[in-house]
Amino acid sequence: MPWPVDDDAEAAFAAALLTTDPEQADRAPGGLFTADGGDATRRFRVHRNNVVVSLVEVLMVAFPAILRLLGEAYFRALVGEFVRAHPPRSPVLLDYGDGFPDFLDAFPPLDHYPWLGDVARLERAWSQAYHAADSTALPPDALGRVAPDALMTLRFDPHPATRLVRSRYRVVSIFRANRSPEPLSEPVRADGGEDALVTRPGLTVAVRLLPTGGAAFFAALLAGASLGEAAQAGHGDAGRTGAGDFDLTATIAVMLEAGAFQGLADELQENTKRTGPAPSK
Amino acid sequence: MKNENATGAARAVSTAALAAAVAAAMGTLVVPASAQEQEKCYGIAPAGQNDCKAGPGTTCAGTSRVDYQGNAWKLVPKGTCRQVELPDGREGSLVALERDVPEG
Repeated sequence: MPWPVDDDAEAAFAAALLTTDPEQADRAPGGLFTADGGDATRRFRVHRNNVVVSLVEVLMVAFPAILRLLGEAYFRALVGEFVRAHPPRSPVLLDYGDGFPDFLDAFPPLDHYPWLGDVARLERAWSQAYHAADSTALPPDALGRVAPDALMTLRFDPHPATRLVRSRYRVVSIFRANRSPEPLSEPVRADGGEDALVTRPGLTVAVRLLPTGGAAFFAALLAGASLGEAAQAGHGDAGRTGAGDFDLTATIAVMLEAGAFQGLADELQENTKRTGPAPSK
Repeated sequence: MKNENATGAARAVSTAALAAAVAAAMGTLVVPASAQEQEKCYGIAPAGQNDCKAGPGTTCAGTSRVDYQGNAWKLVPKGTCRQVELPDGREGSLVALERDVPEG
């Protein structure tokens, strides 16, 4: 007795997989039988459980700091809710969980832990950097070959792995403490605000804590602003927040070290320095 | 703040200040004690121990399903890929191989 595979049947099957209605959850979708024509309820229940558990495990791997902060029992229950509300829209599970940070922000029982969403954003940025296309970063000495009066208008081509995460909380400290296998030596204060630059110039993802004004500087460069405009943005941001002075030298050093860019934008136009993704086929 | 006129946020960054900051930044860079150059070597990783290959239709870290899977790679020190000892006459390769690829 073949399962009649039409659009309605598929929709019913998919809905039954993720339902939270206990009555619907307790029987196989109409018309579904086992190979010998028997009742498929038990088998369907097994499949239903496997679907949710496998997706929960995808997010356990993708959000290890959140897993450690919440504990496994809480994490599994929470992510079960997330999976049912936001099933994958793509078969590529590497991308699954893009909506998880927003889900954490909006989950009322976690109101007292407002930094969780930003920590999850940083973990997502880590995964995106990890899976981004390979490319060669601009060599740290590249700026030394630029004439000083050309620096102001210099623009950069972002490396495909580069991500910026800004937060009102100490996300970098929380992220580091909870992704390390070491037990926490001392409590991490959540308030204070930290911005992270995530890069992967080679094969290892690096998360850097940015100095005051650094996030505004990188946000400007990543949006295509010139080095002069980005320096201005860094000064402006530091002045506005009053969190300290903008150290242009230290920020440019971070930029060169981190491998956040793959080339100079003019070089890109002249096609002299195009560093496409490394051949990987 | 060594190289800048700290006379207030409103003041524009000058060409000279920017050039000085770039020069100083390059001076602070510690050239990494050249981490040994590595290369991707296909067909040598035990199942589940490959490194990540990004992009559509490719494998990622820890996803190879058979030993020495031909289209999964592992990083090795440059120049050593073909020297890896493997059973049954297999050799590592700098490009993806068609041997030992699981079906489906």
